[in-house]
Amino acid sequence: MLKDQDRIFKNLYNDLGEDVYSSKKRDDWLNTKELCEKGRDWIINEVKASELRGRGGAGFPTGLKWSFAPKEVGTKPHYLVINADESEPGTCKDRDILRFEPHKLIEGCLIASYAVNAHKCYIYIRGEYYREGQKLQKAIDEAYQNNLIGKNASGTNWDLDIYIHYGAGAYICGEETALLESLEGKKGQPRLKPPFPALIGLYGCPTIINNVETIAVIPTILRKGAKWFSSIGKPNNTGTKIFCISGNVNKPCNVEEEMGISLKELIEVHAGGVQGGWENLQAVIPGGSSMPLLPKNTCETITMDFDSLIKEKSGLGTAGVIVINKDQDIINCMARIARFYKHESCGQCTPCREGSGWMWRILVRMTNGEASREEVDMLTDVTKQIEGHTICAFGEGSAWPVQGLLRHFKKQIEKRNNFNPLIRTNKNIPYLVDQHLLDKENV
Amino acid sequence: MSLKKISKEQPEYFEFNSDNLELAKTIIQKYPLGKQQSAVMALLYIAQRQNNNWIPLSAMKYIAQFLKMPYIKVYEVATFYSMYNLTPVGDYFIQVCTTTPCMIRGANNLIDACKEKISKNENELSKDKKCSWVEVECLGACVNAPMMQINNDYFEDLDKEKTIKILDQILKGEKIKSGSYRGRKNSEPEDNRKTLLKNNNA
Repeated sequence: MLKDQDRIFKNLYNDLGEDVYSSKKRDDWLNTKELCEKGRDWIINEVKASELRGRGGAGFPTGLKWSFAPKEVGTKPHYLVINADESEPGTCKDRDILRFEPHKLIEGCLIASYAVNAHKCYIYIRGEYYREGQKLQKAIDEAYQNNLIGKNASGTNWDLDIYIHYGAGAYICGEETALLESLEGKKGQPRLKPPFPALIGLYGCPTIINNVETIAVIPTILRKGAKWFSSIGKPNNTGTKIFCISGNVNKPCNVEEEMGISLKELIEVHAGGVQGGWENLQAVIPGGSSMPLLPKNTCETITMDFDSLIKEKSGLGTAGVIVINKDQDIINCMARIARFYKHESCGQCTPCREGSGWMWRILVRMTNGEASREEVDMLTDVTKQIEGHTICAFGEGSAWPVQGLLRHFKKQIEKRNNFNPLIRTNKNIPYLVDQHLLDKENV
Repeated sequence: MSLKKISKEQPEYFEFNSDNLELAKTIIQKYPLGKQQSAVMALLYIAQRQNNNWIPLSAMKYIAQFLKMPYIKVYEVATFYSMYNLTPVGDYFIQVCTTTPCMIRGANNLIDACKEKISKNENELSKDKKCSWVEVECLGACVNAPMMQINNDYFEDLDKEKTIKILDQILKGEKIKSGSYRGRKNSEPEDNRKTLLKNNNA
């Protein structure tokens, strides 16, 4: 287990207070000026050396992302945008950072803004986090009053303004380009990449977008050194991470642990075990609802880091661990996730807009045991039609969990759905009818 | 993409009251010159708050003029995002999360409680027209599941009895306390802390 002294978020449960004075006691804002004085290249190299990978889901190396921003400011200003639109089912880590460690985030904003030459930083918070936004605003006001940000922020000769922008309940705005669209006052539909936001982002200007947790760990990394951070965890999967353990566990919780901790330890030690005992475990969704589930036998040995989970055809994602025990109907659980994606699809790309509904309807039929054998293959086919055929990763995010279900629980689906349409033709299967063929008949 | 019903009964006129006008002006200042369209989401929130928690079409027209943008662009934003109510809702607007992590922990019992206490169907006003409820997607408090949001506050670690108690209090007009209803501290593992133990002694 990670030692308490190596934990970055010492106030994760708000034992110590979130105001600026309490935060300073935890070494926030300690030597921000000195860190910035070491220069942009030093900051970016240190972040690169720490091997920090983005905490928002994709796991892209943060230092590398920062280095994509133009070195010199041209005619267009640079922007830093913080993605606090935390909406992935199973994930609630950013909420606690916004509530209880806002100064870590604000200090991180200053350092990151300095490193990428940005004078303005927007924090995009999901609209439901109204109270969290209020707390963050209070912390931002405190930081202005103490000259930590604003003109000549923390004595660094760098001006920085931080603004909060509230979202309004759209999951898709967690996708970075949809977030930019939303910030520009449009509906949140993702943009094509390239051009990447680092060159053409907010208002067409170079923009670096990072997750809350990524930015909030930056000051501590620079203070304690890249070596310290990279010594925790596994090679290429370094540092600490906040895990959110929800679902059928005895003590659901958020906990900061080292990357590469075993899933079993996370569940058994921190979350008080599976409800009904480890033997009652059915499956675990390891990284928020977009990541394919893991069956029990994989859960015995798997470690929680980007690379090991990819090997198991899943992913670390946001590290929102959803535990599902044998008392749950696994098909229904995934049908509910499919409904989530159907509800949240932005409607821009046809495969996702239509396919997410297809998957949901088929899964509901499968839950009720009304589907035919062919529909199992059809469901596989639908997921393949969505995957890779959409502008943003939402397509994958909606198709992967269904693929995971089919990979590991196909037998269970087939057992429940053994109806053969050749024998019982009186069933009405709406989407098995090809709509354009119907039209032909009408002609 | 959410399906949105626009209320059939629409007030003819809308404008910001003087406080909100000031607020709207300061919000526009957050964004670069000429990019005032960025403020549309915030202004829709202000309109919603001013107008009993829902946005009439006249408010959208007003905001369009205010930000010098086409009305249809405001309409597009207002209908895209699920948190803008385009029909009247109760003074107490209850949103119950039923996405998988909450569902696993019994969010359906919360729905039953709402059906018993408020109205049979979602988006329907209660008898005294004070409350309405709706099923929503993940509210981002999964380790405190099942949970619901009433106006701006989160109510966590619920079950059916606790939900009924909260709803009774609302219907009586009593003040309600937000946060965990099992008495745990935020998102810590209840009675099972293995980390940050020194914090409590300090």
